[in-house]
Amino acid sequence: METYSLLREFADSWMLLVLFAFFVGVILWVFRPGGTKSYEEPRNIPFRHEDKPAPLRKPIDAKEG
Amino acid sequence: MSNYFKLIVLGLITFLALIAANYARDLAYLVNALTVALVSAGMFLWVLRNTDEPQETVDLSGEYMDGVIRAGVIATALWGVVGFLAGTFIAFQLAFPQLNFEWAEGYANFGRLRPLHTSAVIFAFGGNALIATSFYVVQRTSAARLWGGNLAWFVFWGYQLFIVLAATGYLLGATQSKEYAEPEWYVDWWLTVVWLAYLAVFIGTLVKRREPHIYVANWFYMSFIITVAMLHVFNNLSIPVSIFGSKSVQVFSGVQDAMVQWWYGHNAVGFFLTAGFLGMMYYFVPKQAERPVFSYKLSIIHFWALIFLYIWAGPHHLHYTALPDWASTLGMVFSIILWMPSWGGMINGLMTLSGAWDKLRTDPIIRMMVISIGFYGMSTFEGPMMSIRAVNSLSHYTDWTIGHVHSGALGWNGMITFGALYFLVPKLWNRERLYSLSLVSWHFWLATIGIILYAASMWVTGIMEGLMWREVDANGFLVNSFADTVAAKFPMLVVRGLGGVLFLLGGIIMCYNLYMTVRRSPAVTAENSAVPAE
Repeated sequence: METYSLLREFADSWMLLVLFAFFVGVILWVFRPGGTKSYEEPRNIPFRHEDKPAPLRKPIDAKEG
Repeated sequence: MSNYFKLIVLGLITFLALIAANYARDLAYLVNALTVALVSAGMFLWVLRNTDEPQETVDLSGEYMDGVIRAGVIATALWGVVGFLAGTFIAFQLAFPQLNFEWAEGYANFGRLRPLHTSAVIFAFGGNALIATSFYVVQRTSAARLWGGNLAWFVFWGYQLFIVLAATGYLLGATQSKEYAEPEWYVDWWLTVVWLAYLAVFIGTLVKRREPHIYVANWFYMSFIITVAMLHVFNNLSIPVSIFGSKSVQVFSGVQDAMVQWWYGHNAVGFFLTAGFLGMMYYFVPKQAERPVFSYKLSIIHFWALIFLYIWAGPHHLHYTALPDWASTLGMVFSIILWMPSWGGMINGLMTLSGAWDKLRTDPIIRMMVISIGFYGMSTFEGPMMSIRAVNSLSHYTDWTIGHVHSGALGWNGMITFGALYFLVPKLWNRERLYSLSLVSWHFWLATIGIILYAASMWVTGIMEGLMWREVDANGFLVNSFADTVAAKFPMLVVRGLGGVLFLLGGIIMCYNLYMTVRRSPAVTAENSAVPAE
């Protein structure tokens, strides 16, 4: 089979399926139970560390700020 | 020690650039080679003078790297005014052809200035805004200093050099005739180097972030940087005719070349002018409104839907061409589906203000951001509509397209950038507030009325033009000649030019206001040690 037909067949079938499944998967993942709560923390990232980087060697735990 | 290495490299570049200038086959190449020689010779002297000087090493890891962002803000404001000025001038050239002066023929006629305008506003104004804000946002949301030290400065200055090389090339006739990708091969190579350095700085900062989560604005910025790198490389696959000349020949030809060009062209809109600027929206709107983004879930869906759909929309630029029907249908369908994530993002941006709508009355900066999101919504509705084949048969090749582009570019990109600049300048220069809020209001109204004049006149003239072109008499002959449409367009072209004047005026007022903020506005009293060290 020539390269074009081969790639075309792959793109039209498996690759399409993979991309579609990934996309649907992301949406389902976002709406997983407990999702809303887990996004509360990243939502507020812009309101921390306005002036300075976080201090070195101290991992930030989720409650800070 | 590294200075000796730098001196060798800079000396070599200067030498090679001078050889290239000597053998140059055309004027554009000659001027570009001399520019490179001049820049590298200047840097050579600068490095030489600092070599073997005692250095003080200060630990800066406790501070953000803001110097390069300040430079980026200045560059954005200045290039913005240059780009708006070029655009206003060519708008009047279309209304009054006498402005294509005899003595400047071949240098400053419409054909030479038009790419200068588009590149100045998209790449110089928009690009500098994206680089500066992405450096600001990625540091603040990662709680880490920029990775790579002076590499960020290389990105900034390297990008300015790209702009200067491209702009002088356009005026002297170096172009590969691809819309929004006009720069010739060696300028493209240089941009690739700079862009990879940009990618490295951005990802390096994300890797050393001290927030566990990568904030959504960074996802948008990152997709913009990666996709633009990919688009740029594929659309500029060309073989130079001579290494001492600016002319190159594209690797693709015919309809393949057209498809690659509009795959590039539409994704330049999708990832440069949309994804990157959405990164701005997701940081600066919440900051200015002082409340978190309306729905973080929606922002994630917005991101994935946008990048999954945008990449397929390009073929709608090639309806009724040699492109196969299935490809142009595919482009049309994806363009229409794209309406949904776009409006999802618009809703997310607007609703961030829910509970704080009163700020619209008191804060002209938030007003600017809100109207920019409004224009984002408007142009992402207009775009899908125009991509429908039947609508496109009327709108294509008319000024409706130009109006659509400008409601997106002036309204969405321009206004959100102005909002970000007004937010950034007091923060970066450590000022309590802007010099004048009423000047911001002036800017807001001048720009808004300017855009409305622009878009409305282009709708009228575009639809008129489309209808005149397809009008046939009882015997099936075309009624109007092309020159008839040109004559009929005159009043609308003048109105469009006036809209440009208002928008330009707003930009100049902004520059004055930002300058006075740095010069006159009271400094923040130093209760913390957050004063930038650079």
